[in-house]
Amino acid sequence: MNSMKRREFIELSAKTLGGLLIFSLAGEPIIMNAQEGTVKVPLRFFTEQEAKVVVAACERIFPATSATGPGAAQAGVMVYIDRQLAGPYGTDKYRYTQEPFIESVDQDNGYQGKENPRETYRAGIPKLGADFLSISPEQQDERLRGIEKTHFFELLRTHTIEGMFCDPMHGGNAGMIGWQMIGNPGPVMNFREAIGKYNGVAYAAKPKSLAQELGHPVKAWEDEERG
Amino acid sequence: MQTLKKVDVVIVGGGWAGMIMAKEIATRTSLSVLLLERGGPYQGLAANHDAKDEVDTYVRHRHTENAADGLVTHRRTPQSRANPIREFVGLPFQGTGMGGSGDHWGGTSPRWTPESFKIATHLKELHGASKLPPNLANQDFGVTWEEIEPCYMRAEEMMGTCGKAGNLNGKKIEGGNVFEGPRSKEFPSPPHTMPYFPLLFAKTAKEMGYHPFPMPSSTLSQDYTSPDGVSSKGCVYCGHCSGYPCHVGAKASPNFRLLPIVEKKKNFKVQTHANVRRVVHKDGKAVGVTYLDQSGNEFMQPAETVVLAAWGLNNTRLLMLSKTDEQYDPVTGKGQLGRNLTYNMGGGISFFLDKPQNNFMGAGGLAMGIGEMLGDLGDEGAKEGAFRGGIVFAYNQGGSPVLAFGNGHIPPGQAHSNWGAEWKDAAIKWNERYVSFLNTGNCFAYSHNYVDLDPTYKDKWGDPLLRCTYDSTDADLKQINYIRKKNIEIAKAMGGIGVPSGPIQGRGPGSPSPHTHGGAIMGLSPETSVLNRYLQHWKIPNLWVLGANAFPQADEHTTMTVLGLAYWASDAFIGRYVKRPGALS
Repeated sequence: MNSMKRREFIELSAKTLGGLLIFSLAGEPIIMNAQEGTVKVPLRFFTEQEAKVVVAACERIFPATSATGPGAAQAGVMVYIDRQLAGPYGTDKYRYTQEPFIESVDQDNGYQGKENPRETYRAGIPKLGADFLSISPEQQDERLRGIEKTHFFELLRTHTIEGMFCDPMHGGNAGMIGWQMIGNPGPVMNFREAIGKYNGVAYAAKPKSLAQELGHPVKAWEDEERG
Repeated sequence: MQTLKKVDVVIVGGGWAGMIMAKEIATRTSLSVLLLERGGPYQGLAANHDAKDEVDTYVRHRHTENAADGLVTHRRTPQSRANPIREFVGLPFQGTGMGGSGDHWGGTSPRWTPESFKIATHLKELHGASKLPPNLANQDFGVTWEEIEPCYMRAEEMMGTCGKAGNLNGKKIEGGNVFEGPRSKEFPSPPHTMPYFPLLFAKTAKEMGYHPFPMPSSTLSQDYTSPDGVSSKGCVYCGHCSGYPCHVGAKASPNFRLLPIVEKKKNFKVQTHANVRRVVHKDGKAVGVTYLDQSGNEFMQPAETVVLAAWGLNNTRLLMLSKTDEQYDPVTGKGQLGRNLTYNMGGGISFFLDKPQNNFMGAGGLAMGIGEMLGDLGDEGAKEGAFRGGIVFAYNQGGSPVLAFGNGHIPPGQAHSNWGAEWKDAAIKWNERYVSFLNTGNCFAYSHNYVDLDPTYKDKWGDPLLRCTYDSTDADLKQINYIRKKNIEIAKAMGGIGVPSGPIQGRGPGSPSPHTHGGAIMGLSPETSVLNRYLQHWKIPNLWVLGANAFPQADEHTTMTVLGLAYWASDAFIGRYVKRPGALS
């Protein structure tokens, strides 16, 4: 893809980028006073317009709700997807891409298409409509239902889940809100004392990222290698 | 092509089989051993800490074989065209680098049953050939339980496998698996401390009359020193286990248990980034192997003996590319190479509990199992067309968060869609309550399931990929559904929510799983097998082939039997072949 393009940014309101939201250890969402202002997030692959559509679409797939708290927009899922697409995954650097590309008669053996993830997003986003950002959430759902069976939607949904629960170093799960939401403590390196002691009772712990747990930064693949 | 200095033994592959062979030869003889590994060197525990990132390691498979170079292709029937496996789906596939898949396996370590090794004879005696499924291609391994049991024991002692014996020299012991074959010694390590779900399963199963036992696991329950004096730390239950390398050295890996021994030996050398392409042979004798280094330079490595110990399917493919044998033809039944492709015919069910299980703590093989369905299913099974089964186990092998959230599992009827607000709230509510039983076990070989070279798809270097022709049969589905019925009864008795009902309809598994076996099988006749009962090539006696390729059919999880047979082959090689090279009888 064109790496010489103009650097794009997206402006997101600060409260949509996690870190401010704290869950009680019982899993109740408590919204602290959200910071005002905006954060400029540099985009690696998406255009600003594409990024905004992806933010909105992911938020419909994994929305903020009163029962379980924030959704994909606040967790920074779009940032996760943008970085994955800019990395080796986006260009199928590690997928077998020899022709011919023919669908398996038995629907076995996974995705057989030619399009790489970047191409799937670039072609898929316009299918949500040029007015996707200005229509109501119900209308957005209707559009998404219209593409539910496509490979693009399948990727979007899978990546939304990944971006909700990934290590924050990948750009998603901002403030570890995804992990707080499901009561996952992150990659805790030692549960030796805890195993077998919380039988049927939630082990409530404040999550730590891999870098926090190890005490040193860890390089994400997409930061080391571009597609 | 540069020709290198000749060695006594060249071993292809730094996984379990290759490293066992290397360790046995390098420590028990003065022969020079060169191990060629396609991937890189072992990076140490610090790198394994950093590899606990789920997205890079588990979702994107950063540390496994590069799928872009070419994996395998698959089709259901000989009439259809095959598709390549273009990217890893589900469980991580074969590893690359020192340790191979043994560096990121799950650690689940059941042995097979005594009958597993003579299954063709056994089933005919038990049921009569006419009652068995059509096209059955089972063959006896040619080794007996008495021969393989001490080899299993050595593998367990090397790894420090935890568990509890249920049959010690014929004496049944409650609390262990009373349905296992007689074992000569107790497990080297005690069972793991079990968490909520396996304990609840065991309690319920016991009340129903089953005999629950701790699943054998090669992740150490406590610090351990092997008979070779290698010490390792006990498991910390980090929950990033199957699919990840271990960061404390508790999950048995060739890098932890064998490399420290051989790297001290002067007669042992490793060459990493050496991608072996051919076994060179002339007049029924292997001359050596050719390989490519990272820059694409080709080398000829001469050797007195060649040992193939790559991933099983890759061993078979190397033999095909090297034109050592006649390709098997499913129509005529002729040819040795490519026969008896098998998987693990698993099954299992998923459902929900009403309490959280803390599934982020766990370890591969951390499970309670029942052995009632292991081995023969008796008259009750045979009546339903199910002949052999496997262990059923409730596991808590740990769920890193994306994996644990999975597809956003929810009990049926809790949401109208698999996205949106209703689904999200339900998926978060039930995330920590989602549990599964796993069934592994018997996989019959059929004459229509085989491997050959793909006519269309090639690897990065221009060699054809291996083509798997595999379809499950009615008998396979009957076996899965027989065990599934028992799964459902137990899940309901446990108070399970959203327990599935009824049998699986439609077709069984087709696409290759990480547990694949056969292709270059061992046996008692050179007409129907590639290897003799010592894993020595029938026609090229200085060529030995170690791995799951040798299994004529499959039973429980793959690893222990690969290891057991590697010890078995190493004894034959060192004890007999070295003294008098030639075909062993």
